[in-house]
Amino acid sequence: MGKTLFDKIWDAHVVRTIAGGQDVFYIDKHLIHEVTSPQAFEELEKRNLPLFRKEQIVATADHNVPTKNQHLPIEEPLSRSQVDKLTENCAKYGVELYGLGHPYQGIVHVIGPELGITQPGMTIVCGDSHTSTHGAFGTIAFGIGTSQVAQVMASQCLLLSRPKRMRITVEGDLKPGVTAKDLILYVIAALGTGGATGYFVEYAGSAIRSLSMEGRMTVCNMSIEMGARGGMIAPDETTFAYLKGRPFAPQGERWEEAIAYWQTLYSDEDATFEMEYTFNAASITPMITYGTNPGMGIALNANVPSQVKASEQVSFEKSLQYMGFQAGESLLGKQVDYVFIGSCTNSRIEDIRMVANYVQGKKKASHVEAIIVPGSKQVEQQAIAEGLDKILAEAGFELREPGCSACLAMNEDKIPAGAYCVSTSNRNFEGRQGPGSRTLLASPLVAAASAVEGKIVDVTEYL
Amino acid sequence: MEKFEILRTSAVPLPIENIDTDQIIPARFLKATSREGFGENLFRDWRYNGDGTPKADFVLNNPRYQGQVLVAGKNFGCGSSREHAAWALSDAGFRTVISSYFADIFRGNALNNGLLPVQVSDEVLARLFEQIEKDPETELIVDLPAQQLHVPVWEESIPFEIDPYKKECLLNGYDDIDFLVSQKEAIETYETKRVWVY
Repeated sequence: MGKTLFDKIWDAHVVRTIAGGQDVFYIDKHLIHEVTSPQAFEELEKRNLPLFRKEQIVATADHNVPTKNQHLPIEEPLSRSQVDKLTENCAKYGVELYGLGHPYQGIVHVIGPELGITQPGMTIVCGDSHTSTHGAFGTIAFGIGTSQVAQVMASQCLLLSRPKRMRITVEGDLKPGVTAKDLILYVIAALGTGGATGYFVEYAGSAIRSLSMEGRMTVCNMSIEMGARGGMIAPDETTFAYLKGRPFAPQGERWEEAIAYWQTLYSDEDATFEMEYTFNAASITPMITYGTNPGMGIALNANVPSQVKASEQVSFEKSLQYMGFQAGESLLGKQVDYVFIGSCTNSRIEDIRMVANYVQGKKKASHVEAIIVPGSKQVEQQAIAEGLDKILAEAGFELREPGCSACLAMNEDKIPAGAYCVSTSNRNFEGRQGPGSRTLLASPLVAAASAVEGKIVDVTEYL
Repeated sequence: MEKFEILRTSAVPLPIENIDTDQIIPARFLKATSREGFGENLFRDWRYNGDGTPKADFVLNNPRYQGQVLVAGKNFGCGSSREHAAWALSDAGFRTVISSYFADIFRGNALNNGLLPVQVSDEVLARLFEQIEKDPETELIVDLPAQQLHVPVWEESIPFEIDPYKKECLLNGYDDIDFLVSQKEAIETYETKRVWVY
């Protein structure tokens, strides 16, 4: 019987299977950052264990860093001490660090792919749930807790049970104004916030195939928002073209060998999945969320649901109360106070181009504060090289320096209590962007249109 | 890791679905570089007002409800992979969370910290909420060796699943790191035979 893409890669990484069925599972690449690594280094120290394969770890500072004046010492003392701790640990254990000031610094899930560190067939982990982003290259990539970070540091392995497999097929063409972000918000709204728990998802179909690597990363990134362990897409010519020539991609003869191997990475025709869903790309319209989990998404021009299942009623009402919305109402015309374009979901050059292209010659509404936080130093430099910074500045958008920023508001970039923020990030949980903040998740295009109009609008009417 | 055997306790009910790790411990409290002290900020924004005064209507501020078990709505622990969520629950004195569904990463993190996730059916969960509401002193017995949740007042024992390896770990206070380090030879052998070396 045929194998899924997932099983081909999984099987190639099993060191051994122990009694009870768990696998000692080998990790090719381990990405670390300042927030979920200090306690893992502490664990190694406590047990007097060496780092097993330091050359397979890459570190960056992203979650906690300011997005202004990165050349100056970090002002906030706790953030500074956490970033300093990462620098100290990396120096002590000999781990490559792309910290503040380094030309490769950026959000861990943006730099891995853009540097060619992420490659098809790999297993990649990071103490961050959006590690699933790397699945866009046909990798098994998933988020882990800090105890597991320590395990990988100590052994380059994890003890894991094989998850179930799910395939989500999206066929057809996306309509104008509909982006990868809308596609994944649509899928998550259909499955629900826990709809893929216990599964590893493969995305397939012509709509997925026709996405750029940036778009594929946006899709895989949000797999965790429906509970999936990860998401992946089989590598193809788009993948290879993206990787070719990147700093850590194989070169010369090694590149040819790599391509030959990577071309074997797809789900066989007769492979079976425990769960399958199929969607029609033409049914997808620009999306927005109205509630406090990413599954609470609707088409921009649709109404907030007027009723939900009895078991969900309490959470639904709590959610609407928090957001200040009514069941059954439309969000069109609602005032927007902030627009945040950034995060590991939508901070790549294509996202910034999309925004710049839309706002060129326009101005943001005067009451809106609009910030754009590039995913990495390289994205920032590229945006400047293309003159996008000037277009954005003229439209009243502030281009900041790279980091996770207002996606999780660990740094100074917070949305005030009660304010509405249209955000290209991945989570609209209560308080996610600051205590009391109200987040509406959307695509960069919807975010740009919201900033210009100062309210929620149906972007398709403005294209 | 602290051993887990049999826990007898009353429970704290939190009948909300999809409780994410940002509610359990908001991101702004993740700046510490050690594992201790997260309990005081457990459910911070549900538990306290902006000025730090307790919110009277939140269950952890209600003296009626005490105990080492948190009973929570479906899909508990979704969202971020932050292990700080498990640390915060443990630090606040919880040793078990009962729900009808757990997010994968949270479940793993909890097990790695001696915090036992007990998954029951939606029906049992609804009855537990009702029971605790009626009598907050209702005793629950979480029996890991027998893999059963005993509810003496119902004269019922509800079985629960746990991976046999993780069960051994909890019973003995072991964690994966010791085991994985003991596999060094097998791992090194594997490294020489990889299909593709990155």
